[in-house]
Amino acid sequence: MADTQSKTAGDDAPLTASKHSSAAVDAATDGLVEARGDALVGRAVTINRPRAELYAYFRDFANLPNFMDNIERVDVQDATRSHWVVKAPAGRTVEWDSTITDEVEGEYFVWASEPGADIANSGRIEFRDAGARGTVVTATLLYDPPGGVVGKLIAKLFQREPAIQARRDLRRFKQLMETGEVATAASTRAQFEEDHK
Amino acid sequence: MRALAWHGRHDVRMDTVPDPEIINPRDCIIKVTATAICGSDLHLYDGFIPTMQSGDILGHEFMGEVVETGAKSTLKKGQKVVVPFTIACGSCYHCGKHQYSACDNGLPADNQDIAQTLYGQPMSGLFGYSHMTGGYAGGQAEYVRVPFSDFGPIVIPEGIDDEKVLFLSDILPTGWQAAEYAEIEPGDTVAVWGCGPVGLFAVQSAFLMGAERVIAIDHFPHRLELAKKFGAETINFEDSSVYDALMEMTGGIGPDAVIDSVGLEAHGFFVDNVIDQIKKSTFLGTDRIHSIRQAIYACRKGGRVSMPAVYGGFVDKFPLGAFMEKGLTLKTGQTHVQHYLPGLLAAILEEKVDTTFLISHRLGLEDAPKGYKMFHDNQNEVTKVVLKPGQTI
Repeated sequence: MADTQSKTAGDDAPLTASKHSSAAVDAATDGLVEARGDALVGRAVTINRPRAELYAYFRDFANLPNFMDNIERVDVQDATRSHWVVKAPAGRTVEWDSTITDEVEGEYFVWASEPGADIANSGRIEFRDAGARGTVVTATLLYDPPGGVVGKLIAKLFQREPAIQARRDLRRFKQLMETGEVATAASTRAQFEEDHK
Repeated sequence: MRALAWHGRHDVRMDTVPDPEIINPRDCIIKVTATAICGSDLHLYDGFIPTMQSGDILGHEFMGEVVETGAKSTLKKGQKVVVPFTIACGSCYHCGKHQYSACDNGLPADNQDIAQTLYGQPMSGLFGYSHMTGGYAGGQAEYVRVPFSDFGPIVIPEGIDDEKVLFLSDILPTGWQAAEYAEIEPGDTVAVWGCGPVGLFAVQSAFLMGAERVIAIDHFPHRLELAKKFGAETINFEDSSVYDALMEMTGGIGPDAVIDSVGLEAHGFFVDNVIDQIKKSTFLGTDRIHSIRQAIYACRKGGRVSMPAVYGGFVDKFPLGAFMEKGLTLKTGQTHVQHYLPGLLAAILEEKVDTTFLISHRLGLEDAPKGYKMFHDNQNEVTKVVLKPGQTI
């Protein structure tokens, strides 16, 4: 299994920082089993908690709406299959079925959407020990932007673009795991609900 | 409730807004008993700080009585607390190193993008200080929601006057950290630019840390008088050349450590200042950094530069050559308030540190807009405005 953190040539920077996007997608695909799109997103965050605890929380997909702001719900169907309902721009939702295609408990899991997905996507979440600093969690995500480039632009305007979401979701995961809650500046519950529509 | 809200440059008003509520388990709500206008609030008032929105509630120096607690708050209703202006979680890597203003988790995830783009990594959240620092409602209000209340706020023993402890929220620890960052050794001469509250507390702290001489620099006679009361020698930069004076006063050596507590709105008619100001007003935007330029120039070879002053953006004509050639060390940053609270509260209770001398004006909260104008227009006489909700003074 190729590691999305390493490169085949050149330097030691992660693939997701590559300036050569198609080569990066090709290389990442080796580690993702199946490609489901051509936009590559990668984010790493260091979380001051043990690896096993982080893995267990993240791998229980029913927990994901607790820190992923644009996920409405995930219905877990069995050990590998789940159904995702995700918020899209302009109050719409998109849905897909997803299957875990590879997994080593406590280390990483890889998923791919089933045919017929509103947004085809695949990805890998990896958990590595970081000594006294806890655990490095790396998300690598391949997706097919809805409506191609125009769809990506529209999503960006509404801030539901996967690249932006992935970064913010990982920050929220870190906050939840380290502090037991997700930081918000809302002063009232009404304002909090408004912010999370 | 009633709260002081920002609506634009030189436009702050008392608004009626919804009372804050518990949102997260570690929250508490406090009823504000005293709050102050900070010199850095004037940066907001003057429109120097980006990412402000109309209706933002200001104030990051405040204290009050706990009136409501979330399930995981360790505070109890009725306790009197002072709240640090930096919002820190207490459990991340940086909090573990006591670098609380660098807390990873104090800033809501969506607000981290701006600071990450501007600075490379986002910092902690701050109360009442623009959306780049979280967009948290501030303490110039009747009530405030305080996140991480089991970690940040310090409980004040009963019977202690608010005015003695209010400044633990920001300016006292900031002045103390500034002196600590100057790494003072016995026999040292320390020069302090700016005799605002932070500068004056830095003067006091420097003496407590063993400085032999402290030289205070400002152009407001009243503020220089206050510095003199703590034993500082003074330079009025309108009457004297600061560099020449410092060199003569230190026998041609220069001060061992220099502290810039002025920041991005440095006053004074100097060529570099005027150029900085023109650029700012024409959106070629740079901070006005006259004081730190002068401090670096005057500092002795191998000396230390401590910079509690607030800067936000980019600078021009930073004397990097002098800085390098003289082998100076710079320490700076927002204050790690939580780190200093127990020690400084003890120092206040033991009467080693006095903070009340600073308060020149006391107003009811409703008079907050007047307080801003007074502070802005007369910085010689107005050294500190304290607002007391529920009181007409």
